Amino acid sequence: MNFDFSDDQKMLKEQVNKFLTDKCGMDVARRILDGDEPYAKEVWQGLVDMGLMGIAIPEEFGGLGLGALELCVVAEELGRVAAPVPFSTSVYIATEAMKLAGTDEQKKTWLPKLAAGEVIGTLAMSEGPQAAGPRSVEVSFSGGKLNGTKIPVPDGSAADFAIVLANTGGKGDKALSFVLVDLTAKGVTREDVKTIDPTRPHATISFDNVDAELMGEEGNGWAYTQEVFDAAAVWMAFEQIGGTEASMWMARDYALERYAFGRLIGSYQAIKHKIADMYVKLELARSNAYFGAMMLNDKGAELPQAAAAARISATEAYRYAAQENVQVHGGIGYTWEADTQFFYRRSKLLALALGSSIEWKDKLVARLEARNAA
Amino acid sequence: MDFNDTPSEAAYRAKARAWLDANAERKTAKKDSLPALSLTEALERARTWQRTKAEGGFACITWPKEYGGQGGSSLDNVVYSQEESNYLVPGGFYAIGLGMCLPTVLAWGTDAHKERYVAPAVRGDEIWCQLFSEPAGGSDVAGLRTRAEKDGDEWVINGQKVWTSGAHYCDYGIVVVRTDPNVPKHKGLTMFIIDMKAPGVEVRPIKQMSGESEFNEVFFTDVRIPDSDRLGEPGQGWKVALTTLMNERLAVGGGGGADWEELLGLAQEAEMEQTLATANSAVRERIADWYVQTQGLKYTRFRTLTALSKGQTPGPESSISKIVSATKMQELGSFAMDLQGQHGIVRDREISPNAAVFQNQWMGGAGYRIAGGTDEILRNIVAERVLGMPQDIRVDKDKPFSEMPAGK
Repeated sequence: MNFDFSDDQKMLKEQVNKFLTDKCGMDVARRILDGDEPYAKEVWQGLVDMGLMGIAIPEEFGGLGLGALELCVVAEELGRVAAPVPFSTSVYIATEAMKLAGTDEQKKTWLPKLAAGEVIGTLAMSEGPQAAGPRSVEVSFSGGKLNGTKIPVPDGSAADFAIVLANTGGKGDKALSFVLVDLTAKGVTREDVKTIDPTRPHATISFDNVDAELMGEEGNGWAYTQEVFDAAAVWMAFEQIGGTEASMWMARDYALERYAFGRLIGSYQAIKHKIADMYVKLELARSNAYFGAMMLNDKGAELPQAAAAARISATEAYRYAAQENVQVHGGIGYTWEADTQFFYRRSKLLALALGSSIEWKDKLVARLEARNAA
Repeated sequence: MDFNDTPSEAAYRAKARAWLDANAERKTAKKDSLPALSLTEALERARTWQRTKAEGGFACITWPKEYGGQGGSSLDNVVYSQEESNYLVPGGFYAIGLGMCLPTVLAWGTDAHKERYVAPAVRGDEIWCQLFSEPAGGSDVAGLRTRAEKDGDEWVINGQKVWTSGAHYCDYGIVVVRTDPNVPKHKGLTMFIIDMKAPGVEVRPIKQMSGESEFNEVFFTDVRIPDSDRLGEPGQGWKVALTTLMNERLAVGGGGGADWEELLGLAQEAEMEQTLATANSAVRERIADWYVQTQGLKYTRFRTLTALSKGQTPGPESSISKIVSATKMQELGSFAMDLQGQHGIVRDREISPNAAVFQNQWMGGAGYRIAGGTDEILRNIVAERVLGMPQDIRVDKDKPFSEMPAGK
């Protein structure tokens, strides 16, 4: 039985932790929250210097060619500090989509730059206040031209290219395709949108007859999205676990210094049980994420269920830990000065980034039904 | 990252499997449990199997060889248990004795105790029970009131224990009693080995809310225990009891019952007013939630096994298991009953879906959330031992036990 990360992977985790603890404390998240920068460029550069953007990119395209597990340990550390960088957007999602669906030409153009952190990619999916899917996407691609509006697009203002989930006229699930577009092209307009988490900016992007190209097979966009999201769900689960753990210790530490009614609030069972429940949810999430990581790395048949379980579990753990961390802090936890807000904001941002738990639970049961039928 | 055995684990697994093939019948889809027997017959069947295991070298694998164990590792033990679970073998009667009582004897007993008691227990000749809980001491076990007074070389015990599994068929027990009421409660306790057949020991079954009787009350009237059967020093009983309770957390496994898979099966056949139950989003959400919990617990166990496999001490993550599984057992049962409509009230294995497993676990779950550490005590343990949070303020910590209010 060897259900754990290797010593090398743990060493990488340690290294990333050291760098982020040193260079990406809560003051950095606060600087992005209060200022106009799209992300913390010096932190991004530090991650580039460690080669982290190219971890899972094959060596022929300038990456390190490692497996999925290395990215898991990096994700956990980024989550722990609520890092204000477009890592999840560009690495777990855009890079994976490019690896999965890109033509050789597209890969040759973009993957080496992604690996070097020279460009940021994003996936543009959502168009309005409902779950995006084959029945709701209206942005269209025909005759080489892209038209319509996507909102919100993760890191939409900072990104260099977007993979756009666009309607190409097929029937049912085949309605959508991946379309690759250079965001500096003529006819693209971008504007930041006000969101719950300004430390991870999102934009409205409008396409007016923009030159773009198909990525992968026409009509396969929704299937690609599912596959990319299964992988991203595992990595993001680790990021959520990092945030959950940080929230839990923040709540614990505060409970060990705050007095009420003549004693530490951490000695009241109402507080102890709350933080114990954070731990229970955290460990369930961690165990589910480990299995997701193993399935992702092995390209195992159980990946669809494992990824869904990892995502649902980690989303629940982070939701609870972040919201109850504010509660344990009381009034001070609700102020702008408190750091509790970074995790509260981020927990909800990540919970919605790949589709909500409502969608994932539904998807999970469909997968279990399919397995039972087989 | 993988689930593969190390070479030595694989070798031990092969050895265990070969021995089990030769000595037991493998479970099949059609036959996955032994036939029900009367208590006497079931005891005999369990006794025979325990003896067979002892002779075959698979009983009490982690215990020292000199006392009848195998001197094996915790992982050997896990590997054997995993393999054994695929065979039709009796279980139950020995779990508390070999899982909790004898490990306490091994930790605290004299050489004479170990020589006298351990090997017969390993062979299955003698069965043990644990006598800790009392009507006045449940979660607060140290609040117990059964007292023992010294009389020459003997102690005289009077009082009552409760929730004692198997007391009616056990040969010996470990019993914690108050030997000094004039010191604070944790300091006045002493642990003894008790002969369950001694004069003055009376066992009465408790009828549970579920209608079954799996536990007993045990009354002591002037029961005499030789001082030589004391475990640890007088006044050290709480420390000794903690050894047992630590083992309890390892010994109390899953509560059993149906899980998400059975619930999904039920939902796939249950018509609701508008749709099949599996098309109902509330039903789907619950199935997903319980799937995620079950998987989370399974892979938490795998993480623990990995630590054992690497020769490390497992982390505290295993402490979450009962907190999660007990509530799941109760609530999943309740939800599956909801799916059965009014028929959900029927608790009859002949006509209730899945032989009434859902009704049974809804009933049993109410008890499982209390047994072996309540949900609340377990959360305290996680908060205090794992997260380093302070104990509650104890008004009874420094006062003599005799001065504490008793209540009802």
